[in-house]
Amino acid sequence: MASLKRRGTDVYNWLERRLGLGTPALEAARHNVPASTSSWWYVFGSAATVILALQVVTGILLALVYSPTASNAWNSLEFLDQNVQLGWYLRAMHGWGSDFMIAIVLIHLAQVFLFGAYKFPRELTWIVGVFLLLLTLGMAFTGQVLRFDQDAYWGLGIGASIMSRVPIVGGPLVDLLLGGPIIAGPTLSRFFTLHVFLIPAILLALVGLHLLMVLRLGINEWPMPGRLVNKTTYTQEYHQLTEKTGIPFVPDAAWKDAVFAAVIVLAIMACAFFFGPFGPTGQPDPTIIQTAPRPDFAFLWIYAVLAYLPASLETPVLFVAPVLAIGGLLLLPLLSGEGEKHWSRRPVAVLMIVLIAVTLGVFTRLGTYTPWSPVMNAWSSDPIPVADLRDRTPLEREGALVLQNKQCRNCHSIGGAGGMRGPALDAIASRMTEDQMIRQVLQGGGNMPAYGNALNPSETTALVHFLLTLRGGNLQHAVDASRQMVLSSQQSPVPAASTTEGH
Amino acid sequence: MNPSEPLSPNDQNSAAETAAPQQSASHSRRALLFKLSLLLNGAVGAALAVPILGYLLGPALKKSPGADSWINLGPLGDFPEGETRLVNFRSPQTTPWDGQTGDIPCWVRRISGRQFQVFAINCAHLGCPVRWFAQSRLFLCPCHGGAYYEDGSRASGPPERGLFEYEHRIVAGSLLISAGKLPTLATRACNQKPLTQIQATSASAQSGDNSWPA
Repeated sequence: MASLKRRGTDVYNWLERRLGLGTPALEAARHNVPASTSSWWYVFGSAATVILALQVVTGILLALVYSPTASNAWNSLEFLDQNVQLGWYLRAMHGWGSDFMIAIVLIHLAQVFLFGAYKFPRELTWIVGVFLLLLTLGMAFTGQVLRFDQDAYWGLGIGASIMSRVPIVGGPLVDLLLGGPIIAGPTLSRFFTLHVFLIPAILLALVGLHLLMVLRLGINEWPMPGRLVNKTTYTQEYHQLTEKTGIPFVPDAAWKDAVFAAVIVLAIMACAFFFGPFGPTGQPDPTIIQTAPRPDFAFLWIYAVLAYLPASLETPVLFVAPVLAIGGLLLLPLLSGEGEKHWSRRPVAVLMIVLIAVTLGVFTRLGTYTPWSPVMNAWSSDPIPVADLRDRTPLEREGALVLQNKQCRNCHSIGGAGGMRGPALDAIASRMTEDQMIRQVLQGGGNMPAYGNALNPSETTALVHFLLTLRGGNLQHAVDASRQMVLSSQQSPVPAASTTEGH
Repeated sequence: MNPSEPLSPNDQNSAAETAAPQQSASHSRRALLFKLSLLLNGAVGAALAVPILGYLLGPALKKSPGADSWINLGPLGDFPEGETRLVNFRSPQTTPWDGQTGDIPCWVRRISGRQFQVFAINCAHLGCPVRWFAQSRLFLCPCHGGAYYEDGSRASGPPERGLFEYEHRIVAGSLLISAGKLPTLATRACNQKPLTQIQATSASAQSGDNSWPA
């Protein structure tokens, strides 16, 4: 036993004599950090690194089977899911790992921001971190493309359409993105190269740099209200703090990182096991148009924003907003590198985090049920509530048929079923008069197409008569105020002042 | 594997620093040579960049006016008058490993006789596949709810223009379209003024041909 141990030491010494990596690595692991940093708030960066390792391993394993050609990528995923032992599980872990990665990276960013860790002397660590965030999102998008299904195909179409809006160089940019005239084989090869070679290489290099700077500059101390960062004194203060309260990072502080990393990996394994892999959805066949493409979870909020932007603002917002957002993130530590670190003295920082989180949350939520999209089969599948058909005249029932056949339900709901693009029609008669309905149906307006060419006069009459019965239970009919005034003024002339009331 | 090996390999370099003055002349010569070698590598690098950049930017620099070519969609008899039909064609420039992605659909509208309109499947907003609803005479996009009239003009929603239209002609009783590139706003620029959304006046003015039925 003792000789075995000695033999092991000899091997280590032989290697160490030649590599010289062990001593500095041990020194780095055992370096002193302020005791306050041994906190559950300081575990997200290391967790992200562990997930990165998991993604690299699962990614390499998937690449053993995946076929990066447009004609076979989808089939090879089905093969992975159905025919390769545990192929589905590896796919699931890689997919869930990607979602966890984005979540942990965002939490890490918010924590670093709220703790003022980006301030002097850690500005460059933050800037490198911003690029790591962008690369992580790049991995998520290119990874979604490699799952070469319907969503990936039309997602590339959305990407190309966004690129095409770039002034002047839009056309060449689309060609570069697609690698050819259409979304096809060369496009997938490009994204494979990005996802497997280019982005990971940059990502790993920058993670190394990021970690190196954390070691070199020391982990950010727990902020105290009133303890301001000053460029002339900070380094000395930090060293004093480390000397006074220092504990070795390994093992005194690192056990929390290790526990959290284990929990996160276990969570990914559990999600992968219980919820399975993402997709693939339908085959990447553009001739199958019965599809409602949707991006992965991390990009749903962008998908939602694109639905709500007015046409005139879309192109400017698409290209100005990212520049401002990324520019703001990059400039933040340079513009506010000193001063207060503690969140309780930085209300604007806290408000910003809350505002951004709520905004992203709301748009992501909207993206999960896309109220702006017509429900393409509502007209043929959603029933009209029986109560709306009982005791109706033949003309009114005919109108209900027109409503159904002309696909009004795709955008308008009745009884909670149907599209949400337009207003629900349950109480439409309490809001619009007959004249207003006729005008709206025939001429459209307010984001509704004109149906003048799709309806003949008798259909219009029937439809409007049916709509007039929809009073949300028993609300009052909408009344045209001006018409009443005209009628009453015809009966008895009224003073001029009172005629303005209706407006 | 000798435990008695010295641990640091850099222990014996103290003896070498004696003949300093003689070295300074050769040092400046070597420094100059090093600078020249940097220049040489710069020149080689620039030469190397030409094929690399040329390869990389190839798809964008390709000056082929004939990226679009004429494709036969079938005899006129396939398209009943007054109807709009989905037709698939094989993209003219494909690789053998493109698989199904080389099959492109389009909407063919036969107005009457030899009057046709052929629309791209891609919504002018963000390229999603629009679907034709014959009863309401509308194209609807599943992504963000863009809507177009039967003649391809914008009806409502986020698109800033009407559907992309393929150039077409009739040769020997068959319908031909000029297609090849994925239609986007870059290749088929908007020739209409962008319409503002949510504005009753512009919507009704724009649907001028959709007047009240007589």
